[in-house]
Amino acid sequence: MISIVQVYGALLLSALGRTLLMTAVSLIFAMVIGMIFGLMNVGHNRIFNCIGTVYVDAIRGVPLIVLAYFIYFGIPAGMQGIGFTSFRLSGFQAGFIALSMNCGAYMAEIIRAGIQSVDRGQMEAGRSLGLSYGACMALIVVPQAIRTMIPSIINQFIITLKDTSILSVIGFPELTNVGKTIMGNTFKNLETWAIIGILYMIVIVTLSKVAKKIERRVNRGR
Amino acid sequence: MADRKHDAAVEYGFGKIHVMNLKKSFGKLEVLKDIHLDVREGEVVVLLGPSGSGKSTLLRCLNQLETATDGQIIIDGHDVTNRHTDINKVREKIGMVFQHFNLFNHLTVMDNMILAPVHLKLASKEEARQSAEQLLKRVGLEDKTDAYPSQLSGGQKQRVAIARALAMKPDIMLFDEPTSALDPEMVGEVLAVMKELAREGMTMVVVTHEIGFAREVADRVIFMEGGYIVEQGTPEELILHPKEPRTIDFLSKVL
Repeated sequence: MISIVQVYGALLLSALGRTLLMTAVSLIFAMVIGMIFGLMNVGHNRIFNCIGTVYVDAIRGVPLIVLAYFIYFGIPAGMQGIGFTSFRLSGFQAGFIALSMNCGAYMAEIIRAGIQSVDRGQMEAGRSLGLSYGACMALIVVPQAIRTMIPSIINQFIITLKDTSILSVIGFPELTNVGKTIMGNTFKNLETWAIIGILYMIVIVTLSKVAKKIERRVNRGR
Repeated sequence: MADRKHDAAVEYGFGKIHVMNLKKSFGKLEVLKDIHLDVREGEVVVLLGPSGSGKSTLLRCLNQLETATDGQIIIDGHDVTNRHTDINKVREKIGMVFQHFNLFNHLTVMDNMILAPVHLKLASKEEARQSAEQLLKRVGLEDKTDAYPSQLSGGQKQRVAIARALAMKPDIMLFDEPTSALDPEMVGEVLAVMKELAREGMTMVVVTHEIGFAREVADRVIFMEGGYIVEQGTPEELILHPKEPRTIDFLSKVL
């Protein structure tokens, strides 16, 4: 175990860095996607509702690994088929697109549920004062919804971080992918995967602790 | 459409609220069937009736929290049933008080009061704060400016809700069962604030089960049932000498 850390320490750390970078980038895009589709599903516009539902159902209905294959292999194949012969996606690009789309669908549901958990009377009170729908959402409903959403969002963050390991299948050298490499070189199954597991655990436990702190701070002003 | 609006303003410019042929359905359920109603400036109208009679729906149609299915509602010369009317602008002048208070739970009392006036640029933050303080003094809650709604009693919440509506300097106040969710000992403090408002000449439409309030404060009492206005008159006429059997029946149950 010590020898693996000594030889591959730097490689492991850089892989961990890529895992974190992939998570962070995906989460940012997922938040945006989640906001857009979540708000579409909250409103009463049928067309928006329809778009939102189709997106969420489609993404939730496909395993992430299939989505990753589809984007990494399928899309470039399709693009080359219609004449863009030099079209390629890097592992990182395909990975963060797949992960953002996947996490975004779940985020959309969290945001929809959070907003719908706010009593209807809050919106009505705002509207009765002459505020527009958008202003009521931004000033009254969403700030209250965020409080109920925070635990679910943190949970989703952690799931997304772990889901980066699935991207090892498209050759993106994140932690799990590097684990395979090390294993292939050393044949030390037990030690390698124990180290990989512990690295994930350290990061996730640390993040959940930080998240708990944030959650407590947000809920303080009650 | 523009002409219709203009005509309405000219024709009904004197009444505060003018409702013609109002109908409202929720799916197949027809809640309001052909309502006609005029409210003069400064008049206090109380709507009575059993639950499901449509009185709350009528009230909510007045500021278009419920969109009318058919008919016309003209508020201060503005046809709110016309899609081209800027409903937000009209709502600024119609305060509404809800059964469940609907204070913004994430904001302090003061921030509840100044949110809309400041956001709509009707007042600077400083002006809004000053007038909010005066209003809170009027409802006897000047010491609660920094409290959150969860720290207030029901009666206090409702008084803040009234003050919040008044912070918009409305011409009309709508009350949707303002005391129904209150413990009995807190009803009085809310009614007292409403009585004072009425005395000051506010145009008010009140849905309530407080017959005593209706007798004391109302200029006119309207009895509704099954989506129709069954009978209306002064409190004297309607509460003490009702003519319609359905009114008599209802009053015999609640008095």
